[in-house]
Amino acid sequence: MIAEFGLAALWLAAALAALQLLAGSLSLTRGGEGFAAIVRPAAVVQGLLALVSFFALMVLFLRTDLSVQLVAMNSHSAKPFVFKLAGTWGNHEGSMLLWVMVMGLAGSLIALIERRLPERTMLATLAGQAFVSLGFYAFLLFSSNPFERLDPAPPQGAGLNPLLQDIGLAFHPPTLYLGYVGLSVAFSFAIGALITREVGPAFARAMRPWVLGAWVFLTVGITAGSYWAYYELGWGGWWFWDPVENASLMPWLAATALLHSASVLASRNALRAWTVMLGVVAFSMSMVGTFLVRSGILTSVHAFAVDPERGTFILVLLAINIGGALTLFGLRAATVTEGKRFALVSREGALVFNNVMLSAILGIVLFGTLYPLVTEAFDTRVSVGPPYFNPVSAIFFVPMLLVLMVGPLLRWRRDNLSRLRRRLVVPGLLLLAAVAALLAIGGIGVLPFIGLALAVALAAASLLPLRGRNLRRTPIATWGMVAAHFGIAVALFGAASESAFTKETLVAARVGDVTQVGPWQVRLDAIEPVAGPNWTAMRAGLSVRYGEGAVRQLKPQARSFWSPPQQTAESALLTRWNGQLYAVLGEEGEDGRWQLRLWWKPFVTLIWIGGLLIGLGGVLAIVAHVANDVRRSVAREKIADRRMRQGR
Amino acid sequence: MASIATSRIKPKHQRLVLLVVALVVLVAAGLLAAWALRNQASYFYVPSEMQADPPEPGRAVRLGGMVEEGSLKTQADGVTIAFVVGDGDARIPVRFSGIVPSLFVEGSGVVAEGRLGPDGTFLADNLLAKHDENYVPRELQEMSEHQTERVVAAPQ
Repeated sequence: MIAEFGLAALWLAAALAALQLLAGSLSLTRGGEGFAAIVRPAAVVQGLLALVSFFALMVLFLRTDLSVQLVAMNSHSAKPFVFKLAGTWGNHEGSMLLWVMVMGLAGSLIALIERRLPERTMLATLAGQAFVSLGFYAFLLFSSNPFERLDPAPPQGAGLNPLLQDIGLAFHPPTLYLGYVGLSVAFSFAIGALITREVGPAFARAMRPWVLGAWVFLTVGITAGSYWAYYELGWGGWWFWDPVENASLMPWLAATALLHSASVLASRNALRAWTVMLGVVAFSMSMVGTFLVRSGILTSVHAFAVDPERGTFILVLLAINIGGALTLFGLRAATVTEGKRFALVSREGALVFNNVMLSAILGIVLFGTLYPLVTEAFDTRVSVGPPYFNPVSAIFFVPMLLVLMVGPLLRWRRDNLSRLRRRLVVPGLLLLAAVAALLAIGGIGVLPFIGLALAVALAAASLLPLRGRNLRRTPIATWGMVAAHFGIAVALFGAASESAFTKETLVAARVGDVTQVGPWQVRLDAIEPVAGPNWTAMRAGLSVRYGEGAVRQLKPQARSFWSPPQQTAESALLTRWNGQLYAVLGEEGEDGRWQLRLWWKPFVTLIWIGGLLIGLGGVLAIVAHVANDVRRSVAREKIADRRMRQGR
Repeated sequence: MASIATSRIKPKHQRLVLLVVALVVLVAAGLLAAWALRNQASYFYVPSEMQADPPEPGRAVRLGGMVEEGSLKTQADGVTIAFVVGDGDARIPVRFSGIVPSLFVEGSGVVAEGRLGPDGTFLADNLLAKHDENYVPRELQEMSEHQTERVVAAPQ
């Protein structure tokens, strides 16, 4: 019953999205104003129905209802509770249902609370949101029905890929989806503003919290995903330029550009057409990412659906949405009047530079991700990896970081660089000191060298906006900016340090053998069998010692799952303030020795700490903007109130 | 200075200037990407292709084929393995140091990422084997389909 109930809710939600689109479009025509009253309620109810449908699926997974095909194929009654729950979205159909659910709820929220924009723009925005949702409803209902029944029901489910049976999975995909889909709101706002030609500061202010929110989720999602790949795959890397990682990086780059250009539009009324364009591009990148991942065109752990029909469906959706939006943009861009002017050396100028560089990096990542598909059409197999992505994106990333050091110090409209000379003394000296120190160490590759030196200088420069200020009175938004920029320096330092200073040892060890990796001594004490709820494993007991420090224990496992049968390496990590020791247990050789792979990665944790700091910066910015908006609307009410009393 | 130069530009032209600058940078990024991709993309070879037209030593490429029965040997250090990848027409010796994927066995397919050494041995940095029924490296999957076809087509 629950499956049918969920499916019915999904159909109803789709019908309401159609109604929302129809009423929204009609209300914009002459004589159709009467339909306007339907649009907001339809958006709210649509979101709630999608939520109900998603909950229905979740209940099916928690009960392990094997008469539902999706549950039978992806779950198993012996699976721990959290993974049954996470199983809801750990597959193609469930994750698409999560997608439309989030999108519906986002529509509900703007329909409920957004009152600052002209009503016509809001109607156009909600109609746009309904249009995009409708495509995804059709995709779910016609080619990926999550509630499909299986007759007869199998006695037991197939289980979930063991790599995905990890607590990281419970939070990583929903976080990223909130980010992807949050950008759909920016997309719809851009469409709405283009249709009614109302591109201005009010549009940017309405859009900004959504972009920031989506961006925070993307930032945290990417950071968590990177850490998950780092410890779960057991390869010791944290970023592989895998198409799926790129699929999340591209919307992040576009959203980063968008939130900076939206801040120019909100405060200075400049970069109007550009901001609208980025609004379209950001969500388009989310959809391109979904297409790449979900079509199975690129095989990876993330490719649930290797099904050409679904791929074609998403491709058509993509073409309609992106093509339509870009056509609309092409038709209307010329009628968006130019914003306020600014000099080259100004806050706006620096932000334009940031935007152009981010777009260039986005283009480079997009090209590199799509290139294997293009060559495959000509029957040549290639794969594109770090040798392409790292140096080519660095060409644009490095100038961007240099401008990032001065940009926040510049005044709006026009400024003079000579004014800043004295303030930049400290970062400049730090840069020189870092270069000297790195030269003294020696043997560091070009990119890590540049990264380390720039990270040190940027860390200092990013704090400069706080200098000479009363810290208690500094606006929260400034704290947000400083936190995010400082986070970039921190993450960059971690990444560069990891690639410059990592020490690796690979040995075949007998019990009792001692191995050296960097400053660590590692002794293999024992190998013992252990068992979990749905796996068995061989576990190594390692005594590890940093220099002359205390002895500590590490226990990496080689794990075998039985449903589905698969082996994974459970790495073991030991974190110190200055880095992580990473241990992986391999197989037993014929002579009874066990393979051990050990890494010492100095300051590697800074990568994710930096990522979280960047996210924290976004959270602070949201708090600042929402507080401002509330304060402003309270003030407006007070004025209106006073006027009414005086009128009496 | 530059700021004075821009302020002399007529109001209407600033947007045009910005647009042109942005386009130039993006086109430059595109050209750079295209050039770098031609040089840095890692090509996929099967053993007969690698024997007929070997890639320059040191260039990152991938080699896909079947691990020959009886060819797999673990060296004295316990972590380096040597084996031969073949496709029926040609055989390429491969060396790899590291923890091998669990489903890596003789007689099954493998994709090795690495480079060709000067002595004609392929030095693998990474081995991709079948992880489970659901996750098969793309080349491996198509390769085994191709080979199945050949086996079926061959006279008994």
